[in-house]
Amino acid sequence: MPVNIKQLVEYVEKNDWPFTQGHRLCPGCNAPLAAKWATLTAKALGYEPVVGASTGCLEVSTTIYPFSSWNIPYIHNAFENVAATMTGAETAYRSLLNRGKVKNDKVKFIAFGGDGGTYDIGLQSLSGAIERGHDFVYILYDNEGYMNTGNQRSGSTPTGADSTTEPVGKAISGKLQLKKSILDIIAGHEGVYAASAVTSEPLDFMKKMEKALEFKGPAFISILAPCVRFWRIPESSGPAATKLAVETKYWPLWEYEKGVYTVTKKPKNFKPVKEYITSLGRFNKLMKRPDANEVLEELQTYVDAKWERLLALEEISKGKPLRNKI
Amino acid sequence: MPNRVSLTGAAAVSQAMRQINPDVVAAYPITPQTPVVEYYAQYVADGLVDTCMIPVESEHSAMSAVVGSAAAGARTMTATAANGLALMVEIVYIAASYRLPIVMPIVNRALSGPINIHCDHSDAMLVRDSGWIQLMAEDHQEAYDMTIMATKIAEHEDVLLPVMVNFDGFITSHGVDVFEMLDDEVVKEFVGEWVPKYPLLNTEKPITHGSLDLFDWYFEHHRQQEEAMEQAYKNLPAVFEAFEKLSGRNYDFLDLYKTEDADHVMIVMNSTASTAKFVIDELREQGLKVGLVKPRVFTPFPKKELKAALDGKQSVVVLDRAMSFGKEAPLYSLVKSALYDAVSRPQLGSFVYGLGGRDTTPEQLKEAFSYAVEGKLSLDKQLYLGLRD
Repeated sequence: MPVNIKQLVEYVEKNDWPFTQGHRLCPGCNAPLAAKWATLTAKALGYEPVVGASTGCLEVSTTIYPFSSWNIPYIHNAFENVAATMTGAETAYRSLLNRGKVKNDKVKFIAFGGDGGTYDIGLQSLSGAIERGHDFVYILYDNEGYMNTGNQRSGSTPTGADSTTEPVGKAISGKLQLKKSILDIIAGHEGVYAASAVTSEPLDFMKKMEKALEFKGPAFISILAPCVRFWRIPESSGPAATKLAVETKYWPLWEYEKGVYTVTKKPKNFKPVKEYITSLGRFNKLMKRPDANEVLEELQTYVDAKWERLLALEEISKGKPLRNKI
Repeated sequence: MPNRVSLTGAAAVSQAMRQINPDVVAAYPITPQTPVVEYYAQYVADGLVDTCMIPVESEHSAMSAVVGSAAAGARTMTATAANGLALMVEIVYIAASYRLPIVMPIVNRALSGPINIHCDHSDAMLVRDSGWIQLMAEDHQEAYDMTIMATKIAEHEDVLLPVMVNFDGFITSHGVDVFEMLDDEVVKEFVGEWVPKYPLLNTEKPITHGSLDLFDWYFEHHRQQEEAMEQAYKNLPAVFEAFEKLSGRNYDFLDLYKTEDADHVMIVMNSTASTAKFVIDELREQGLKVGLVKPRVFTPFPKKELKAALDGKQSVVVLDRAMSFGKEAPLYSLVKSALYDAVSRPQLGSFVYGLGGRDTTPEQLKEAFSYAVEGKLSLDKQLYLGLRD
């Protein structure tokens, strides 16, 4: 049975939050939501989460020495290697458990990385960790840019978004490429559980987190988690933005398990993707350009095609896993 | 019963690792380290050890996984060489600053570029300031012994620093030599059980590892790393002594060969020391009072011991198997500095040799000695052995 509100409330009534207050993340930041929900889900289910974080907003803002917002074991190593670091910790755990030096059999490993540490610099170590089949959950909090260092472009930054390393200028309309489809890249490893999530749907996220925790092997959840500062939106509107992302096919909610695709939310009606784009201040400069409509049309065609493909994948993979083991 | 065996250096080191039987080994193959990993993987596959091995996808991930594993509380090892070490460097520094007692054999090989797979010490010198203890092995016996001693010194509670055991690529790693192996039980007892103080896996007392350490604490933490290195220097002799008790083999910071009455002393690390000993015997037959000082520990650098061994000598020639472009060669600059306040400073000369695996012959070493004997050493001029004009 999926984790429910009652369980979560019971847990926090009796215990400290595993990820607690006092961190220095910006007001309105969506990253701590993911951290809070993921670790709380693990705790409420009776697991002992051990967390790793890649360098990024979540890391620098929660562990300024000698303070820490983590009431659970935590390790940060570097920017590009949280997955490799966790494979080391997870392997150590297996070894020590096997040798009887550690008794606790409820330990679960959760890695947190931003899009820079996941789509770009950390992709190799993440791919290696998944391919080797380590038992861990990787949470990508995707704010579509290097926001910790002030809005530089990443492989996740969408077309036309304004960033400091690919700004919208007079000659060029900002980032020209579409963002990578990270979940497809992860799904390509096949022996994996992978899912998308949004900050506007905490229960959906926690349900997927539970599946990820219980999956015997590598699991990956990418949660769209706005950076209100560099998405140029009001502090309170992060979840509203991600809700619109789902309603416009910009960020479909789906999951993948060993070859089987499932679309976890199928809105009856979709809004045009323009509505999502124009709600975010990071596209204001684009919208003032004469080629704005071209960019929007291209994006609309793309999200439509992706949605159709997703439904088709769900259809053809139904009940047909590619693998029985990791 | 100690057992005399004939193996390659890579096999010797992998045997030491087998006897230590660490909780975790994470490694990525690179020439000439590859056989170390291959042998170990075979021990795992055959059930000779119950180590969990992680066949990572790069050296960067090897060192990253090793940090995760050691922080978790597991006795952890890896091994690499040259470019592999270069790729690791970012995390090599992190491992030391997290005070993780990792042991890493380094099969010394020239750094690219251009790419070259043969021996020199540019890889070891790349990480000389990383905060790792660096042991330097002349031959199979030393590489085997030092791998075992490394575990002991790394895990000493006043030290808690990672250790590299350096031995020469191909010359030692792939050459077959006779050495003496200790019994499995003796090694097991010597290294004992590793009980970490603050393991990540202690969920009852959660610890945050790898905090953001800004201007208000970073400096103090670096000072503590220096203190740990001082402790390593203080505690190494006790490890040498304990090891001598069970092996009968004497270790110290320096290996002194016929230095006592020597007028001219050569300083060289690793396998070339064997050639130097051969040359010294020959030259002594000709009546030349020559000797060798071979540092077995490069970091912490045995400054005091070097000064004691060299003060009052007529001349000292320092051989470096690495360059420090635009600066003095690394070993030479340290020896020179160690002799700054010597009572009677010897004449000094710097020779770079054997880069990229260039064969180092007895003739080359005799040439270096001839500069010393003929009083032709130049304090500030770097000379080269075996180099084409």
